[in-house]
Parts: sequence; structure tokens; C-alpha cells
Amino acid sequence: MAAGVATPLKARLAAAALVAPLLLFLLGVFVLPIGAFLFRAVQESDVAPVLPRTVAALSAWDGAAPPGEAAFAALVEDLREARARDQQSGGGEVARASARLNADLPGFRSLLPMTARRVAAPFEGEARAAVLAISEEWGAIAPWAAIRRAGGPVSDFNLLAVLDLKRDATGGLGTAPPDEAIFRAILWRTLWMGVLATAICLAIGYPLAWLIATAPPRAVPWLMAGVLLPFWTSLIVRTAAWMVLLQREGVVNAALGALRLVEEPLPLLFNRGAVLLAMVHILLPFMVLPIYASLKSLDWRLPRAAVSLGASPARAFRRVTLPLSLPGVGAGCLLVFIQALGFYVTPALLGGANDQMLPYFVAFYASRTVNWGMAAALSCLILAAVAVILAVYGRLVGFSRMRPA
Amino acid sequence: MTAQKQGMNRMAEPLVRFEGVRKAYGAAASGYAVQRLDLDVEKGELLTLLGPSGSGKTTTLMLLAGFEMPSEGRILLGGRDIARLPPHKRGIGVVFQSYALFPHMSVAENVAFSLEVRGVPKPERARRVERALSMVRLETFGERRPAQLSGGQQQRIALARAMVFEPPIVLLDEPLGALDKALREEMQYEIRSLHQRLGLTMMYVTHDQQEALTLSDRIAVFEGGRIRQLAPPRRLYEQPENAFVAGFVGENNRLPGTVRSHPEGEGRDRAIRVMLDGGTEVLARPVDAGAPGSRCVVAVRPERVAVAAILASEMGEDALSARLAEVIFQGDHVRLRLSLGDGAEVVAKRPVGGGMMPEPGTLVSVAWDPAHAHAFAAGG
Ligand SMILES: Nc1ncnc2c1ncn2[C@@H]1O[C@H](COP(=O)(O)OP(=O)(O)O)[C@@H](O)[C@H]1O
Ligand SMILES: [Mg+2]
Repeated sequence: MAAGVATPLKARLAAAALVAPLLLFLLGVFVLPIGAFLFRAVQESDVAPVLPRTVAALSAWDGAAPPGEAAFAALVEDLREARARDQQSGGGEVARASARLNADLPGFRSLLPMTARRVAAPFEGEARAAVLAISEEWGAIAPWAAIRRAGGPVSDFNLLAVLDLKRDATGGLGTAPPDEAIFRAILWRTLWMGVLATAICLAIGYPLAWLIATAPPRAVPWLMAGVLLPFWTSLIVRTAAWMVLLQREGVVNAALGALRLVEEPLPLLFNRGAVLLAMVHILLPFMVLPIYASLKSLDWRLPRAAVSLGASPARAFRRVTLPLSLPGVGAGCLLVFIQALGFYVTPALLGGANDQMLPYFVAFYASRTVNWGMAAALSCLILAAVAVILAVYGRLVGFSRMRPA
Repeated sequence: MTAQKQGMNRMAEPLVRFEGVRKAYGAAASGYAVQRLDLDVEKGELLTLLGPSGSGKTTTLMLLAGFEMPSEGRILLGGRDIARLPPHKRGIGVVFQSYALFPHMSVAENVAFSLEVRGVPKPERARRVERALSMVRLETFGERRPAQLSGGQQQRIALARAMVFEPPIVLLDEPLGALDKALREEMQYEIRSLHQRLGLTMMYVTHDQQEALTLSDRIAVFEGGRIRQLAPPRRLYEQPENAFVAGFVGENNRLPGTVRSHPEGEGRDRAIRVMLDGGTEVLARPVDAGAPGSRCVVAVRPERVAVAAILASEMGEDALSARLAEVIFQGDHVRLRLSLGDGAEVVAKRPVGGGMMPEPGTLVSVAWDPAHAHAFAAGG
């Protein structure tokens, strides 16, 4: 009896042991790096090492009025040490801290290095008076609030920033100033372009899937190859091909000109139409294949039964075929929409300044300004959008229905 | 053909008439699924199309329902040529193979579909759905989904759905094919009783000869896209017109031989002499057997084979002698396997308790009434 129980357990352990390397691999190359990257959205490590005493002095501050002498003295001492370390190692500690603070409060990029330079010289009397003599700005609440917000070890600064929100000195939530409040508009634009791309893919993909599902068996491989063709060339190549086609001296304009249909070359490139065109071209197979699968698995007697009961072919389609192919439509829309949210190369190459989507800004922060915090926070935003969409879909439709009937 | 029945109905127009209908899928060179079909369906009858798989039964139904177009010939419904009528305007009820119930609708919505399409107002719709469901004894199942029903229940819903809009004719394509044997028999009686109670005209497709014999007013036996015989069940069984029908409907002993004489006698007594390959000469009713000297097959039903535990020479001139090879008990009857001298075998059926049973291995004699032995041309 005991053996009977032990054997399956042992077998299960053995199976688990076989799968374990794969799990570890996934954890190592997938979960850990992405998790570490996303953690940067909330991590604050630029300011605290540079201004440890100041951050400590501000921890008890209420933020209602400028802080007292203790904070000024701490700042002076911190800056002197940081500057000394910078000079010794040639490192840019002060620069890094001021870059982070400048993201919160513009002006910090010059204020902090200048203050550091000037307090390096010995002075008599209160630190407060000396610092205020360097710059009046230290007399306000704002710079101190910025230092406390960046004091870490974690903060919601970046996450709030990508939602166009900001905390004030007392910790209350407010909207970001208009010149920083660009991300909501970009989020809506990203979602809207995803919706448009999905809608166009659906409008083209459903009839196409229908055509393939009802085509004579001999024609199916050819039609399928036509749909899958985009898969066989790289995304960059396809996008570049569109550039060749659409540019001012491109194939389309040349053809239109040769046919004397247009006088001037049309501005076909660097606009939203060009971006959507290429996105649909790339995403179409992801719409066609699930819909084809659900149409193919549909019992062809069902629409026939509807027609035999008196429904016109159009009505039979609406009442029977369409509802039964909805799982495929749902899966296709989900696939296309989620992928559309992640488009970077295509808008970057074919779009104008107003056609860039969230991933463009992820790349912008990651590679141009090396602001990992913002890049990670924007990535979190995309991830959250996908999670919300999946949750809504799961709630409304349910994932078990995604399998074609 | 069915001179009797057609004579009876000469005055009344048939409900459905196939006139010289042929059907080829794709190029005619690749063969006809329906070779040549002339068939009348009378109002109120249950006509069964019986035949092996691929013999064109479904194609015939689909031609009438309008899902396939005839390559040649005309199809009349109530005297009207329906060639140009699209299927949804024909108003013919169809029960499809494997039911084809709409999985995303409730049972009541399935049944109501044809009424909804026809714009029947809601209260009347509900009344008629309820009546149709009670007709198939499933009145309490309206709210369920088809997937929540058993096979037999789904079958009955498919029937109710095909009848609720009172079509002039209901077509059923192997409706019981997916059910187990006991359920199939129960459903056969149910369909038969619905047909009789409502006076429905039905065209029923099956490959199960037992089912065809149980249900039908008339049976059309299909082979290779042709009707080989059209007759009421009893006639079909007792007077098959060719070897194919004799072999396909019911069980038969087939004994090869050579024709020895021209027909003699009249009517029921008309008979020819056949020399069986075993060397015995027997009398048989000629069906399509050829002239003396040609090869033929004598077909005898097992229940028509008499077995006696005496020597053949004592029994009469047409008796064959055989050795009883095996006795198989089958519940309601007993099968006797008898080997004739030349290696040929004959099976006989006997009711249980039908007298004393000889032991296997004993020599017995075998005989039959020549009226129940049919001589067909060999290879037919
Ligand atoms: N849609 C079709 N396309 C091509 N050939 C078909 C089609 N449907 C049936 N056939 C052929 O026609 C013949 C008759 O088929 P069918 O009417 O379905 O026979 P049954 O119902 O008696 O089994 C078969 O040889 C079958 O292969
Ligand atoms: Mg069939």
C-alpha cells in the first residue's frame, strides 16, 4: 500500500526535478531581469548617498515652512564632502544628484553644483545665512521638498510622473505643471492607435479569414502563404520597405506622377496614416489566424441548418456563424491590440513627432537621457494597460472561451 | 415499379418529384454522385433512402433542400419547379446528421429560430415552441443549452426544431446514427408515431436496413447514385428485384449455380431449375437470371431454410444434405451453421424452443419453398 502512494509522489518529484532547470532558466533570463528593470521605477539611489545628512535632517520636517538651521548645516557638510570625493575620484556624484533633482524641480541642475562650489570655501556664522547668500532659492520650500522626495530608498515619483501627477512639499497629490504633463496624452494616443490598428485589422482580417476558411482545399496553402508572408521578413525590413514605397520620391508617388494623377508628390510618409498602414500590415496575421481557426472548427452544418430554417445567408451569418466565431475574434483583437501597444520601430521610422507611442519614450529615457527610472515607470504603464485590458477581457468574455469552440 | 401505390395516387399530385435528376460534384467526367433519379414522394408518406455510405443519399436530400444544385433534371415541390428557389425560401425542414443544434442558443431559442426568422409575434412563438417541445416530451428543457442534453434529447430537439414551422416535408439525414442501439430503437418508434400522429411527410436517410424496415412506408434502395428498387418494406424484403437489394436488405444465403431450364409455371409458381455448384438441382423463382447455361446465384433467407434430422433422400427431391457445423444461441432465436458437401455454407434460423435440436456433427437435410428462393444473374 505504502509503495502505491510513494511511487506517484516519487514520480512527481522526478518530474519536478526535470522541469526545475527550465523554471530556473525562465526565472534567470525572464523574471529576474525584467523585475529588476521595473524595480528601477521606484528605486531612489542618486541623492541619498550624496546628501545623507540632509536627507536625515529632512525626515522629520513637516514641509509647511522652510526647514531650520540643522538642515542647512547638514547640506553644507554633505556638499563639502561630496565635492571632495568628486575631486578625488573624478566621479560625478554631485552631477548625478542634481540631474535627478532637476527632473523634479527644473533649475536644480545649476543650483546644486553652484552651491557645492561656493560652500566649499570656509565661512563664519550660520549655515543658513551663508547658503541663502549663495542663492535665494534655498529660502523656498520647493528645493527641500524635492530633496526629501528623492531621498529614497524608494518613491512613487516616477510612477506619478508618467501619470502627470506630482506630490507637493507636504506629500499631497497634485497635477504636474503643464510643460511636464505630456504622458497622459501619449498614453491615450498609444491606446487610440492600438484601437485603430485593431479595428482595421479586424475589418480586413475577418473577411480574409472567411475567404480562406471557405476556399477550395487546393487554394488554401496559397492563401495561407499570402497571409503568413509578412512573418518571413523581419520587422525592420518591412518597415523600411514602406519607407521606400511612401517617401517623396518613392514608388507610390512615382507611379501616381507617371499616371498624371497628382501634380505634386503627396506627403505620404511621416504621418499617422503611414504608421497605421505598416502596423496593420505587420499585425494582420495575428488577427487572421485565430479567426480562421475558429471558423474552420465551426460545424458547417450549423449555418446550413439556420438557412434551412428560413434565415437568409446574411442572417444565418449574423445569428450563427458570427457569434460562434467570436472567441477567435476576441483572441485576435487581444493579440493585435497588446502587440500594437509595444510598437516602437514602425512609428519611429514612419511617423511624425506627434505619432510616437509610449515605447518610443521608453527608448528615449533609456538611451538618450539615461533616466532608467522614467524608462521603467513608462514600461510599468504599458504593462498596467495590458493587465487592465486582459482583466476586462477575462471579466467580459473569459479566457476559457478563447479556445475556438 | 410501385404500380400499386402509384395507381392509387394517380389522381393526386406527388408532393415532391425528381425528374431525371443527375448531380456531379465538379467535372461530370469525375462521375455522378447521383446518376439518374426519378422519384415521387407522396404526401403523408415516410420514404426512406437506404444504401451504403457514398451511394448518394445525402446528396439527394441536399438537392431537395437546395444546398446543392442538380446538374441535370428538375425537382418539383407541390408541382412547382424549385430550381431557382434559394434554400431559405423552400420552407423544407431538415434534421442534419449529428443534429446541428446551435450551441450558443438555449433549446427554446433553437426551436424558436424558424419562427423568429418568419416574424411570428412573441406570444405565439412561445406557444408554438412549447407545443413542439411537448410533442417530443421535452417541455421542461427549454432553458437548457444543447450541450447539457443527452444524445437522444438533442435528437428530439432537432426534430422539434425542424417541425415547428410546419414544413410540407421534413428531411432527416441519418438522424439516429450517433445513438446507441437501445436508444435508436426507441427513437425509431417515436419518429414513426410523430409521423403518424401529425400526418407528416418525411424523407429519411439511413444505411441501417433494420431501421428502414421498421420505419418506412416505402424504401428506395440506393447504390452508386441509382435507385436499385423502390418498394414497401415487406415487398422489398420478400421480393428483391436484384442481387444487390437481396444482399443489402436482410440476411441471405447466396448459393452459386448454373441455370438449367426456362421458367415454368405462372405467378407464384413460376420457377426455374438451377444446378448448384455442389451438384444438387433446386427450384428457384427467377428474378433476373439469364437463359439456361448462364451462371446465377440463388438467395434464400435463413428463416426460410428448413432443417430436418433425416437424410435428404427421404425428404424430397429438392432437399440438400448437409452436416450441422455449429449451433449458436442468440436469445430469441438459434442460428444453425450447415456445411454443404462442396465447402459452401448455409445458415438457418430457428425460433428457440422450436422442437428437438440435432447435435453438431450430425448429417441433416436442408430444404426450402422454391417461392422463397430467388435466382439472380451472377455478378449482379
Ligand atoms: N461536397 C462534395 N464534394 C465532392 N464530392 C462529394 C461531396 N459530397 C459528396 N460527395 C461525393 O458524392 C458521393 C455521394 O455522397 P453522399 O451523397 O454523401 O453519400 P451518402 O450520403 O449516401 O453516404 C460520394 O462519392 C461522395 O464522395
Ligand atoms: Mg450521408
